[in-house]
Amino acid sequence: MPENLFKLNAKEYILPGTRACQGCGLSLGYRYALKALRENTIVTLPACCLCVLHGIYPSTPVMIPCLNNSFASTAASAAGIVAGLQALNKTDTTVMAVAGDGGTFDMGIQALSGAAERGTDFIYLCYDNEGYMNTGTQRSSATPMGAVTTTTPILTKQQHKKDFIKIMDAHDLPYLATVSPSYPIDLYEKFVKAKKIKGTRYIHMYVPCPPGWGFATKDTIKTGKLAVETGVVVLFEIENGKFRFTGRSKTLAERGNRLPVINYLEKQGRFRKMNIEQLNQQQAWVDGKWQEYIRRAEA
Amino acid sequence: MSNVQIITGNQAAALAAKLCSVEVVAAYPITPQSQLSEILSSYVESGELKAEYVRVEGEHSALTVCISASTVGARVFTATSANGLLYMHEQLHWAAGSRLPIVMCCVNRGVGAPWTIFNDQQDSLAQRDTGWIQLYCRNNQEIIDTVIQAYRIAESVYCPVMVCYDGFVLSHTMMPVDIPDAAGVRAFLPPYQPHTILSPDDPRNLNPVLFPGQRRDSEGVLRDGYMDMRYKLQAALEKASETIRAVNAAFAEAFGRDHGGMLWEYRTDDADLILAGMGSIASEATVAADRLREEGIKAGVVGIRSYRPFPKADVRNAFRNAKGIAIFEKSISYGYEGGLCSDLKAAFYGTAIKAPIHNYIAGLGGRDVKARELAAAAKNSLAGFEKGMVEPQTTWLNTTTG
Ligand SMILES: Cc1ncc(C[n+]2csc(CCOP(=O)(O)OP(=O)(O)O)c2C)c(N)n1
Ligand code: SF4
Ligand SMILES: [Mg+2]
Repeated sequence: MPENLFKLNAKEYILPGTRACQGCGLSLGYRYALKALRENTIVTLPACCLCVLHGIYPSTPVMIPCLNNSFASTAASAAGIVAGLQALNKTDTTVMAVAGDGGTFDMGIQALSGAAERGTDFIYLCYDNEGYMNTGTQRSSATPMGAVTTTTPILTKQQHKKDFIKIMDAHDLPYLATVSPSYPIDLYEKFVKAKKIKGTRYIHMYVPCPPGWGFATKDTIKTGKLAVETGVVVLFEIENGKFRFTGRSKTLAERGNRLPVINYLEKQGRFRKMNIEQLNQQQAWVDGKWQEYIRRAEA
Repeated sequence: MSNVQIITGNQAAALAAKLCSVEVVAAYPITPQSQLSEILSSYVESGELKAEYVRVEGEHSALTVCISASTVGARVFTATSANGLLYMHEQLHWAAGSRLPIVMCCVNRGVGAPWTIFNDQQDSLAQRDTGWIQLYCRNNQEIIDTVIQAYRIAESVYCPVMVCYDGFVLSHTMMPVDIPDAAGVRAFLPPYQPHTILSPDDPRNLNPVLFPGQRRDSEGVLRDGYMDMRYKLQAALEKASETIRAVNAAFAEAFGRDHGGMLWEYRTDDADLILAGMGSIASEATVAADRLREEGIKAGVVGIRSYRPFPKADVRNAFRNAKGIAIFEKSISYGYEGGLCSDLKAAFYGTAIKAPIHNYIAGLGGRDVKARELAAAAKNSLAGFEKGMVEPQTTWLNTTTG
């Protein structure tokens, strides 16, 4: 197990010059994910920021083969790759589907649930920037309550974020984990572990997004860390039903010293219109989820 | 040596997929296709067919699985009907745009709302502009033979092929079918050679975002823009006419059955009146033509086999001596007329073919249409033509209108 960044696979699979924004949390997380999976990997992805990161024809900065598919189809696309490779006896390749929160929580949910129920042998990575960023920061069902988006411009989002991880957990997967690019070693280890497991593995990656969330590009790591410190994002893994906090969230669970969510929210422009009632609701929601996790870890 | 069995259209299609040794099947049940996906399931579970069967949760995923499996180099098969085909619409474009030789059966059925499970061809006709080759079958023998031909066509021109046959009329009707022998099919159909394989051995980014203009790659080579790629798809479909004719001829040579390349003709040599259509209604029109001839009317039939690519040259030849034309269609381009009628008129434009044309919409949602009704309609058209009727209104057969 790598105890520091220098022990990670030194090879880079993303060359400099991607089309992602400066300070993009996705490019950081994706970089470590590919390092963990290494070259014998095929990626498939829908329309989203990652599709843009992968470049405009005829050049790509990514050295892992990739099949772009339509917005609703990501997990089915992976299932097709898996079936094709199986039919051709090329079973040592890791197949990873990657989609944004919109392509997962909203439009991609049917194909993902189907593939997971069938036990398709692949990793599904949802990178969650909490909105439709590629199309201009519209609301998704992953957008947190109180956020201004371009389709909730005045009143802010009125509903809480969909607890999608619970939906995936209900599929009784062999492996489910949450990761954050602010904690790259935790992220890397989880991908290394996921690679070795058979069946459908679901990894949820929170990716701070400077233009979509309204913070300075130098603050991506800090924002991701604050999300974890406040319990808005919880790092854990569920292996065959066994829940385990990991990394910083484990320490927070042991010590009970989470920061209040306001510390995280107040740093981001998207929450500028949040009222006190929404703030209290958000805190209560985070507390409730945290308690669920604590109970789960104790069980 | 022939091996004639009495089977349904769906059994014929399933047998064809097995004979073609498809490697990945993904399908979702819908009437009247369901039996086909069930038969294939049993082939795969019993080990008769060595393939991966992905029992997807919907048709969008069925075609997606085929797209991705084909991209990594597997021969794939799917089938659907009606709303299932409509649900695939986005992926129909994706498959053709990716230039993948996917073969799909469309077991033709009317589309909702309101629901009908019965036959017409609105489902596949509505997918005309997706970049797929569309072949129509008139009987169960043609279904098995056309699916086999479809793989050879698709894998030659790198375009997907939709093999269309009428729901219930063919899918659930038993007919004698001569089953091609497996060795013969293997000889006729070489293994699938993908144009590009998605593999870690040669990492590529397939189907990425394109700019409108052409761009240079890292070696300075000018590469296609979006529109150049679209042109190549169009050129491939146009060129596919030759391939369809050649594959039909090669099949006839190997198996002794010629179903016509782009179209087939029946008693057209001296025909004054030509009935035209696609699929089983065209087959039924041959019975109507026989009746008309018994009454002294020189009638013949042209059955369109390949709707896309459209057989422009072939129809110009087939209709060159027609004095009147009656077109029977199981679909309608709402707000205008039957799509085949429009296409035939366009093909005749600027030629010596000036015959009057009467368009009939028939058999929607399984509305019964008998050979004698086709004959009566055609006879009626002829009477009108003789009275100087040049551009008759589209007639909805066996329907309360107005
Ligand atoms: C069928 C369909 N509807 C809508 C779109 C437009 N679209 C492209 S990307 C996108 C949002 C993507 O959001 P998400 O999945 O969260 O990824 P992100 O852009 O945030 O990285 C939308 C709505 C599409 N490509 N296809
Ligand atoms: S919009 Fe956000 S997620 Fe998308 S590329 Fe920019 S920073 Fe990354
Ligand atoms: Mg998003």
